[in-house]
Amino acid sequence: MGARIRAFAAFWYDFVIGDDWLVAAGVVISLALTYALSQAAVPAWWLVPLFLVLLLPVSLWRATRRGS
Amino acid sequence: MGTGALFIAVFLACVVEAVEATTIVLAAGTARDWRSATSGMAGALAVLAIVVAALGPAVSDVPLRGLRLFVGALLLVFGLQWLRKAILRASGHKALHDEGKIFAEQLATAAAKPRRSAGLVPDWYGFTLSFKGVLLEGLEVVFIVLTFGANQHDVGLAAIAAACAVVLVAAVGVVIRSPLQRVPENTMKFVVGIMLTAFGTFWGAEGAGAHWPGSDAALLALIPGIAVLALALVAVLRGNPVPAAERS
Repeated sequence: MGARIRAFAAFWYDFVIGDDWLVAAGVVISLALTYALSQAAVPAWWLVPLFLVLLLPVSLWRATRRGS
Repeated sequence: MGTGALFIAVFLACVVEAVEATTIVLAAGTARDWRSATSGMAGALAVLAIVVAALGPAVSDVPLRGLRLFVGALLLVFGLQWLRKAILRASGHKALHDEGKIFAEQLATAAAKPRRSAGLVPDWYGFTLSFKGVLLEGLEVVFIVLTFGANQHDVGLAAIAAACAVVLVAAVGVVIRSPLQRVPENTMKFVVGIMLTAFGTFWGAEGAGAHWPGSDAALLALIPGIAVLALALVAVLRGNPVPAAERS
């Protein structure tokens, strides 16, 4: 039973998070900051694209460094 | 986003998933037993239909802003995963996705397994191989259809685009009875990664309360902008080649 639950959790982790948890964490942080800025009536549309420009190279650098 | 862009985005994403599912069903049918493979495929399609029937109305009832935040976040994570792999493949840091090679590997694995019947299924391994392959790839199709469709208030059009992709790929697979190696899958994955990332960025930020300059027209800048970033990263990574042994 425990093995099945672990396998189920592993499937959803792989399905949603994938190879690099940093990407998912970065997405959540960027959207949380966007929400905070927009609540303060500050233009926030640029924040997610900025995170994208930073996240993608870092994730690729991590992938090439470990040879995957 | 116009209906044309919705159709193209869903169609391309679903072609990629359908090609992968078709390869698995073909391997199960060729190496094991066609009746079991088609039963497995039919079983998975029935489960997917239940998932759509259960989730479809629920997704449509979620308030648009909350839906866009949730869906945007997921699309962004999915899109970045696709794009990351596509960039690694295009730059030579990861082996290209080769349906022919995958088919041969699955064929060899399937042929080595002992035959065991269960109930009306003549070959249980062929059934489960086909069932799991179609279900897993199909879940991604369902996710793409429901999220794109619900966000644009046009689940019907998204479903038609997905159906066109699945029927087209399945028909070609049935006719040629071999993996669809000529489909430019790596290029399509690159394009789909760009589109999922762009739509995820747009909807996610909007769901979090941001207002895009030019509203929907911002996508016309986001899509080419992300494409340029991805191509630039491919060029940079090509300048740092890795030994073939490190590619996987």
